[in-house]
Amino acid sequence: MIGNYIQHKIYHKEGKTYSFSETTQERVNEIIARYPRGKQKSALLPLLHIAQEEFGGSLNADIMDYVAVILDIQPIEVYEVATFYSQYYMDKVGKFVIEVCQTGPCLACGADDMIDYLKEKLNIKVGETTTDGLFTLKAVECLGACGYAPVMQINTKFHEQLTKESIDRIIDTLREQAYEPQNNDDKWVEKFCLRK
Amino acid sequence: MGRKILLEKIGIEGIQRFDVYKRSGGYSAVDKALKAMTPNEVLEEVRKSGLRGRGGAGFPTGMKWSFLDKKSNQPRYLICNADESEPGTFKDRYLMEHIPHLLIEGMICSAFALESKTAYIYIRGEFKYLVGILNKALSEAYANGYLGKNILGTNFSLDIYVHPGAGAYICGEETALIESLEGKRGNPRLKPPFPAFVGLYGCPTVVNNVETLASVAPILNIGGFLYATIGNGKSTGTKLISACGNINKPGVYEIELGISVQDFIYSDEYCGGIKNGKQLKAVVPGGSSVPVLPAHLMLKTTNDCPRLMTYESLAEGGFETGTMLGSGGFIVYDEDQCMVRNTMSFSRFYHHESCGQCSPCREGTGWQERILSRIENGEGRAKDIDLLADISKHIEGNTICPLGDAAAWPVASAIKHFRKEFEFHVEHPDIVKNIRHGNIINYKF
Repeated sequence: MIGNYIQHKIYHKEGKTYSFSETTQERVNEIIARYPRGKQKSALLPLLHIAQEEFGGSLNADIMDYVAVILDIQPIEVYEVATFYSQYYMDKVGKFVIEVCQTGPCLACGADDMIDYLKEKLNIKVGETTTDGLFTLKAVECLGACGYAPVMQINTKFHEQLTKESIDRIIDTLREQAYEPQNNDDKWVEKFCLRK
Repeated sequence: MGRKILLEKIGIEGIQRFDVYKRSGGYSAVDKALKAMTPNEVLEEVRKSGLRGRGGAGFPTGMKWSFLDKKSNQPRYLICNADESEPGTFKDRYLMEHIPHLLIEGMICSAFALESKTAYIYIRGEFKYLVGILNKALSEAYANGYLGKNILGTNFSLDIYVHPGAGAYICGEETALIESLEGKRGNPRLKPPFPAFVGLYGCPTVVNNVETLASVAPILNIGGFLYATIGNGKSTGTKLISACGNINKPGVYEIELGISVQDFIYSDEYCGGIKNGKQLKAVVPGGSSVPVLPAHLMLKTTNDCPRLMTYESLAEGGFETGTMLGSGGFIVYDEDQCMVRNTMSFSRFYHHESCGQCSPCREGTGWQERILSRIENGEGRAKDIDLLADISKHIEGNTICPLGDAAAWPVASAIKHFRKEFEFHVEHPDIVKNIRHGNIINYKF
């Protein structure tokens, strides 16, 4: 294995402490080891995904500073990247982020009607979060599932060939499961690393 | 039934698993390459096959590989471009989800040809659910001695890692992808130097699309010469076409290059005709970046020959009356679809995805989106249509990467072929404003 080992780092700022859990730290080390020595900055995108997942679904300056400490790079190098990519959220988001595709092929198959229906059902505008903190609605560009249009992605899961009825089912199920102890979402961070 | 090469085994129960894939003949290309061939012989087979880049540009893969700087002592990298984000394209996702070992097998053979010890699969952030599938397949390959140190007892070693992006279309451009893989913003680099000399970490690098790399395994199995006999002229082999829009059977189809567009749209083997018995209006055959063509030009060229699914036939007529095969994202529109609205959505897409590095693209895509939204909402002015065409001309060719061209072509071609719809919007604001979501206008010209 090429690479380098970054020791467990804890970041303190204004009385708050940021630190990945033991398991996450192990994963972080494995990810950093995928890139050549001295090129640990390559792990920035995966690490921002993991940080966002671990620290409540969105990023802020403190979390980004923590990531900079782990990778031994300047905070600005993290900020400029985090604000460039659309999957890093700088504002608080709900437990479930609903991203509805609005590009050409989905549009030709009725995406606008689905967005309207979701707005009505959740009683929010595009870009807003429901008052119970469960759902954030976003209209996004192509999700790469054009043959199964109209499409939306909720966290990591794709929901395809949407109809008003299927949206009812999906949203109602998520609402019921929202307060169950184990998260029903795909545990993608766990699958992030190889188990050799 | 057309010939299947990539998706030949897709129907086999459990083909996602290593043991099933191996039992049905998988990994034989790796055995053949590593034990009986030299890296140059593998490259030569790929060159003979005439395989062309399946990501959209259609550049001959063998030639791209032959440019790789093998003289320097630096490490060489192979990167699999799995940042599939061209609207209309969803073939790589299908391949990785259903037959991940085919990609891994192709990558091992390719890395062997390029004498590369490290390879990365750069996958778009929205496909996080695929990371688990790929990592599972990679673990199986490691466990069975097809990855890691001294593969199959030879002195060839290879590690493959999956690297997720985070939602940026521009990272499908190879130099932007390399920047992103280095942990930076996805700003494309000025070429030359090309990645073959200065790529990832300044080292020689080859970036290939998922489908291109997957094709390498069957090419080694059947031989480059035989592969080149499939297809039509310089469009050799088979291609995955992801068909979507208003058709009866959207999905991913493997076609032998050279079947007619008419057959592809109307035969039951493929798209199965237009949904709800409607008429075909227009097609974007290679992902949103290629010019849109009206039905009559799509089915026949101006010489009255049937148009074929090949790189050459689709491009016949240039940008006046032709288009491009591109990535194979085949978007079909029925008679009810509004071309102004569709063009507006593509412009919104490119404006959102422009990295902001070059002014013509950063500003131009924004102007395009705003002017098109204005027209679409019934607030357009008579001069707007020519203004749009003019902006397209000023973006095209004036940017570091091809995103600028990709943003310009759909607008220019839509105005060229569907000008009457744009004029209708400008001349009848009262009608346009009253139509919810702008669709289903019965244009009576």
